[in-house]
Amino acid sequence: MENSKHDAWVGFFVLLGAAALLFLALKAGNLLTMNFDSTYQVQARFDNIGGLKPHAAVKSAGVVVGRVESIVFDDKIFQARVTINLYKNVAFPKDSTAKILTAGLLGEQYIGLEPGADEKNLAAGDLIKSTQSAVVLENLIGQFLNNKAAEMGTSNAAPAGAPNAGASKP
Amino acid sequence: MNSLMGFFGRIGAATRGETADIGASARLFVQLFLRSGTALRRFRLTSDQVFFLGNRSLSIIGVSGLFVGFVLALQGYYTLQRYGSAEAVGLLVALSLVRELGPVVTALLFAGRAGTSLTAEIGLMKAGEQLTAMEMMAVDPVRRVLAPRFLGGIIAMPLLAAVFSAVGIIGGWLVAVPLIGIDAGAFWSQMQGGVDVWADVGNGFIKSLVFGITVTFVALLQGWTCKPTPEGVSQATTRTVVVSSLAVLGLDFMLTAMMFSI
Repeated sequence: MENSKHDAWVGFFVLLGAAALLFLALKAGNLLTMNFDSTYQVQARFDNIGGLKPHAAVKSAGVVVGRVESIVFDDKIFQARVTINLYKNVAFPKDSTAKILTAGLLGEQYIGLEPGADEKNLAAGDLIKSTQSAVVLENLIGQFLNNKAAEMGTSNAAPAGAPNAGASKP
Repeated sequence: MNSLMGFFGRIGAATRGETADIGASARLFVQLFLRSGTALRRFRLTSDQVFFLGNRSLSIIGVSGLFVGFVLALQGYYTLQRYGSAEAVGLLVALSLVRELGPVVTALLFAGRAGTSLTAEIGLMKAGEQLTAMEMMAVDPVRRVLAPRFLGGIIAMPLLAAVFSAVGIIGGWLVAVPLIGIDAGAFWSQMQGGVDVWADVGNGFIKSLVFGITVTFVALLQGWTCKPTPEGVSQATTRTVVVSSLAVLGLDFMLTAMMFSI
């Protein structure tokens, strides 16, 4: 067995490679946070999900309590149907509110869950009834411009109308 | 008229020669898989090759990975801090290493470090008529010489790429956390939030496997088909580096387009 020293080194190399892969999966990847928590599914319907993506976090009070599983468009109600996996160890009242929020100014979008006051808790397969859609920047700007225009309109009408009225009166 | 016929004749001969070359290499590729039984039964043959191709490349792979991680973290930091998101440097380092740089740079280094030695070894065996002598003794050189090297390369390359990426991430951490002073928790949590195990780490692994097959096969083919002269061996060694590097870069584009564009 002249090669036995080689064998040990080859074994060392293979183990090192396996350890590197494990390191990538556990430390750099999200294997731990993804698979080892058992979850239950609930659904929510949104008029507009903005930039929400599958695997986005579901947070309550800033703590991650679940993940977005899937997002599909429902052409019966013309709304987005979002399936959410909530961790088994957290329970929420049935009338909780789901909002689509943004982390920071340019950050990822996530779902914020605000607990309601119902006696019963959400169970697997339930539907979160009260939701609040994502804020769409264009709509917000449009609204702002409309308000501004309306404001300008009313404030312009008075001074502009007054001299005219004054001019035509005599 | 004669010169015109000669022109067509040259095109025809070149096409036939190219086609025959492609056919011969495709046949060798299939034969390497079909005749790898000996390499699997006498696994000592293969594990010796893993030692020569893998263990001996560990130092260059490790050092390169470390420095690539250093540089990625420094460069990424200078750009990201303008947008006030210096913590994302961990994510940047991890994603670029796991998806692209790990497999590709490892494959290029592997071609230079291990591929050339394979080509030179096989080419010299051919020039010294050792391969012919084996055939005379009814030992199939494809089974005995090529297949163990092929398998060894395929085993070694993904492991080397994983080591490269892991060492690179550690290098990025060394620069980002102790040197620049980014918060360690934010560094790791941003990384874990953005790197997906299957989509990123898994696809990077598949890439490195494909590159391992490519580089090892090109090296063996160049050695197997080289002219059995000192010049022929040196040309084949050069061609190994050129062809396998270009093949790796081209394949990388195609694999990336398939894996990450959807």
